[in-house]
Amino acid sequence: MPESYAEQYFPVLVQALLAMALAAGLLTVSYLLGKRVRNRVKDMPYESGMVPTGDARHRFSVKFYLVAMLFILFDIEAIFLYPWAVVYRELKMFGFIEMLVFVVPILAGFFYIWKKGALDWSPDSTLNRKR
Amino acid sequence: MDSFIVISLIKIFVVFGALMTILAYLQWVERKVIAHIQVRPGPYRVGPHGLLQPLADVIKLITKEDLVPPYVNKVLYLAAPFLAITMALLSISVIPFGPKIQVAGYQTWMQLTDLNFGVLFILGISSMGVYGIALAGWSSNNKYALLGGLRSSAQMISYELPLSLAIAAPLLISNTLSLRKLVETQDGWLWNWNLFHGFQYVSFVIFIIAAFAETNRVPFDLPEAENELVAGFHTEYSSMKFASFFMAEYANMITVSCMAVLLFLGGWVAPWPAAYGSGYVPVVIFAVAGVITIWRGLNPRRKRDRYTFPPFGVVFLIVAAVFLVPLLQSALLPLFWFCAKTGAILFLFIWIRGTLPRFRYDQLMGFAWKVLFPVAMLNLLATGLAIAVFS
Repeated sequence: MPESYAEQYFPVLVQALLAMALAAGLLTVSYLLGKRVRNRVKDMPYESGMVPTGDARHRFSVKFYLVAMLFILFDIEAIFLYPWAVVYRELKMFGFIEMLVFVVPILAGFFYIWKKGALDWSPDSTLNRKR
Repeated sequence: MDSFIVISLIKIFVVFGALMTILAYLQWVERKVIAHIQVRPGPYRVGPHGLLQPLADVIKLITKEDLVPPYVNKVLYLAAPFLAITMALLSISVIPFGPKIQVAGYQTWMQLTDLNFGVLFILGISSMGVYGIALAGWSSNNKYALLGGLRSSAQMISYELPLSLAIAAPLLISNTLSLRKLVETQDGWLWNWNLFHGFQYVSFVIFIIAAFAETNRVPFDLPEAENELVAGFHTEYSSMKFASFFMAEYANMITVSCMAVLLFLGGWVAPWPAAYGSGYVPVVIFAVAGVITIWRGLNPRRKRDRYTFPPFGVVFLIVAAVFLVPLLQSALLPLFWFCAKTGAILFLFIWIRGTLPRFRYDQLMGFAWKVLFPVAMLNLLATGLAIAVFS
């Protein structure tokens, strides 16, 4: 069944509109139906009954930033593997060797950051490494 | 062209309605299964065997107080559940449920649309789902929510690497990104499924583990670890906004199970060809289930079983009879196999939730980067080598 681009994407568009309508509808209905009683305590952030000190916009562990950076590096690598996988039967051994040339330096980099301790999360292993 | 639009709209509404019903009842199935694992009855007050429980839950959640706390970032706080639920429901549009069928003279595929990059579409849409959780955690301006959102985003992007590498391995075998063609390459016997190609069960296991982490399910439900983070990223959400995160989680579970079935388990294809009688499997299963249910209803262990079991038994027998109608078989049999396989994977999700404890956070991240990623990479290279040498 040869289809034009419009025919291929029309169902996706309708599905997206339907999903958005459902999400907006659910949120609106609960906004309209739910009764509201406000008081001072309810307007505080929930912290298991403690009185909150300051707001939540603190500095957090740099590890999360590191993970985001590493993710971008390796995910781009993974996405490059997809077109390679699709045409692989035509390339065969040539394709395999070409991909080794691409993957081996990236794996070398991976083991480098592993040895550097970028993948360690518990403080114990980091301390042991320094000794 | 007009008939195309009408057929598309009908298909979309049928699929959407079915999806919403399954979403509601998946919750019921999960509560029942976990209850029976823990030797308790589970929901059984609302309707027979608690079957009206999802409806009661929806009514309760909609009429709850819809609180928007004064300290949140309002735009992002409201956008987060909206985004999560929209992205979760969108990816069903490229999932194929069956082959081409003929309805009232019109030929149509049992699929909303077949994009030629369907695998990438689903990966992209599910990555967008991370935004919902990250924004919810940040905009709530609550320490628990922020930590939960951060953990969740870090976990989801870390497990996306082994997930995409595990998906690439069956693509090496099938050589297509279209989900429909992916299934067509696995037609025929059981050993044509990608799962049974050489050592592809390694990719399957990696895919399933990463899928559990992507959908924030036990043992990877760190974002919602209630003994350390209260409720994680949705601590400050109430009523339907709170429920939409759960709807998104269940919709993602369904999508991921469908992906596992399409990539590894042959989609709607029966384990063996219809020429060898695979068409009679659903008839036998439903007939046996019907007979057992009716027999249990006639010799009840509990008093109410006498009234609740026979109707179910009759329904099972009717379903068994429907599978014998030759006109409907071409549409129902693929749908049956697809649903059976997806259901098995969904049951695995629930089963593991009832069985395993939760990871510690450093173990979780260490496992993703130091075990799953290298194993997935080596598995992909070994698959490539095996195909280059043996084909």
